[in-house]
Amino acid sequence: MDGFGVTVAFWILAAVTLVAGGGVMVSRNLLHAVLFLILSFIGVAGFFVLLSAEFIAMAQVIIYVGAITVLILFAVLLTPRASRDNSETVWALPGMLLAVCLAAIFLFVVHDTQWKTVTDAPLLTTQDLGHALLGTWVLPFEIASVLLTAALVGAIMLTRSAEEEAEDALA
Amino acid sequence: MLYEYGHIGILVLIALIFPIGALATSWALQFVNIRPTSKPDVVRDDIYECGLRTEGPSRVQFNFRFYYIALLFVLLDVEIVFLFPWALVFDDVGWVGYGKGMLFIGTFVIGGVYAWRKRALEWRL
Repeated sequence: MDGFGVTVAFWILAAVTLVAGGGVMVSRNLLHAVLFLILSFIGVAGFFVLLSAEFIAMAQVIIYVGAITVLILFAVLLTPRASRDNSETVWALPGMLLAVCLAAIFLFVVHDTQWKTVTDAPLLTTQDLGHALLGTWVLPFEIASVLLTAALVGAIMLTRSAEEEAEDALA
Repeated sequence: MLYEYGHIGILVLIALIFPIGALATSWALQFVNIRPTSKPDVVRDDIYECGLRTEGPSRVQFNFRFYYIALLFVLLDVEIVFLFPWALVFDDVGWVGYGKGMLFIGTFVIGGVYAWRKRALEWRL
């Protein structure tokens, strides 16, 4: 696990993630902020790879980089005043205070936790996950699909206007 | 295993060389007098978009139906995440595992058929 390459990769990823996270705050253009957010998410995915959690890294890229940012981008595009900047708000000071408090709690937790280090990490591959999903956890696996279907039907119900319903009732 | 990911680093380097190379070339060309001027003028500041003149503001409000397509994309995205582990053990689990995966996809297909029958996939103004 430990090696020169891993250490270098960690620091590069840390720099990319933090700089991109700062970019989200500093960027005056809302769309640029979202692009920085994508870069930050990709950095986090790199951390998951370093931790040998390949499946989570893949899920991070597909769900966060793919889905979540697409939703945010569409929300920006659909906002009437989409051209507005990442403007100053009255919440800047409370937000700052909250961030400092949160950082204090995190520092306390990180400092106080007894981090166990193991020499041979139990390597759980994505194949093991696949076997578990099709074996012991096959019912949650199938129910997840039911949940997705329910979400799809719900999305259609919510986005259909009354005119469309009336139009289809005639057809 | 982890070191195989090092190859991605090489790909990242190649991906960085292209934009940086383009910017550096553009920057370097100002010294050889090929680029006419760095002073702002009408043609230089014109928006380049497929060679056509742009008309109107570039930021317009988009149709709400785009968001529906985005939601559909998110749902399929989550579906794909579950199919990844299934696809990796495809050879080991046999026909039973294949059936389980097909049931998973089939449930979602019901939602797809519903969307199709409700004409949610059509673009209506």
